Amino acid sequence: MTLAKRIIPALDVKNGRVVKGIQFKQLQDVGDPVASATAYQDAGADELVFLDISATQEGRATMIEVVERVSAAVFIPLTAGGGVTDLASMKAIIQAGADKVFLNSAAVDNPALITAGAALYGSQAIVGAIDTKWDDVAKMYRVYTAGGTRPTALNALDWAETMVAYGVGELLVTSMSADGTKKGYDIALYQALQARVKVPIIASGGAGSQQDFTAVFQDGAVDGALAASVFHYGEMRLPELKMHLYEKGIPIRL
Amino acid sequence: MVQPTTTGLNEKPMIAVIDYGAGNIRNVMKAMAFVNLPAKLTKDPAEILAADGIVIPGVGAFKSAMQQMTAAQLVDPIQAAVAQGTPILGICLGMQLLFDSSTEFGATPGLGLIPGKIVALPENTGYKVPQMGWNQNQSRIAHPLTRGIAGEYTYFVHSYYAQTAPEYIAASVDYGVEVPSIVMKDNVFGAQFHPEKSGEVGLRVWTAFAEMIQERRVQV
Repeated sequence: MTLAKRIIPALDVKNGRVVKGIQFKQLQDVGDPVASATAYQDAGADELVFLDISATQEGRATMIEVVERVSAAVFIPLTAGGGVTDLASMKAIIQAGADKVFLNSAAVDNPALITAGAALYGSQAIVGAIDTKWDDVAKMYRVYTAGGTRPTALNALDWAETMVAYGVGELLVTSMSADGTKKGYDIALYQALQARVKVPIIASGGAGSQQDFTAVFQDGAVDGALAASVFHYGEMRLPELKMHLYEKGIPIRL
Repeated sequence: MVQPTTTGLNEKPMIAVIDYGAGNIRNVMKAMAFVNLPAKLTKDPAEILAADGIVIPGVGAFKSAMQQMTAAQLVDPIQAAVAQGTPILGICLGMQLLFDSSTEFGATPGLGLIPGKIVALPENTGYKVPQMGWNQNQSRIAHPLTRGIAGEYTYFVHSYYAQTAPEYIAASVDYGVEVPSIVMKDNVFGAQFHPEKSGEVGLRVWTAFAEMIQERRVQV
């Protein structure tokens, strides 16, 4: 027996509220982070990721309160991030109750931030988030920052290795070309990453069917698979997905 | 209605959560609050000795944790409380501190409450280090603390593990090597996983610990 593959619902938070809130029947308030997180925990989520999409400082400040409230009621690992630019905000998120904080653009601008966070809380608490898209001219997976709007010169495979060297304990890698298509995860991307780094890899972007999860675990060999909309809108139910994966012989926590 | 006449039994037990500057203490406190287990963060020797139970949380490195504990003069009161029979539960690094020693960043003595040593997870097993995620427990010793986790997954984050005699391994997981997940010796207990992060199954561990404390209060 080995570690269970993790199914990770992602929640977008704006100004302290869950947007694109999950539409489970039993939920009274789809925008309440605690209600959404509890519903996911009870359905069998192995971990939750909170992405802050607030545009303002005031909005960002409410994220701390969200983590504080969720961690008092939900007892599975919580990862939070989005707009984390300095050590002070990393500290605030962890102290509020997050188990991990993820860094994206800030790590590209200032990779020393990874090392500073890892020194304080351990590598296991620092997740390197990468948004990437295949560039057919440059023949590489190009890294994008600022919510996928700003192309960089970085090759995602090199950057993943660099982030690990700086001290991230896990990678959350979103394929921008697969994201939103519901046509499956970018298996080739994760296979390429597996050859380069040893830390756990979380796949993100493209989940549309139960078979997509099976494929990314079996062929992509990732440790976790993140998805948002298929869970939010009730297109896929966690207990059924996990039973499907279990029947396919994938180690899963039922 | 007959009211218990023994003084103290109407009051809830008080659990001392050892405050030695370790990370992740607040999530342990939140989980205990969730199962109505009154907890107080303390480094006061008198409070530790008077407590009905003790919890040692912890995330981080063994050596610096022991240095902080020694500097705060917490070792003697914890050992004295254990000697008087107080149930004690160590979590993750807190569990590792219960043992004789660790090889993390050079040999460091621990609290010496359970025979054994803390060593690095082997890197040559094909398993990633740290072990980070949900692993499935096998119960080795039938006990209230292991009843709720037998066959169940709990959440682990660690790079070192306990090497100890089978008589102290109450439950374990397979990670290339047998990793003790619950250890116990008399009134000393430890969980390598995070019961405060293991969902409903983890909350059962807290509840079982609370029940053990309550039973002991009735007996004493």
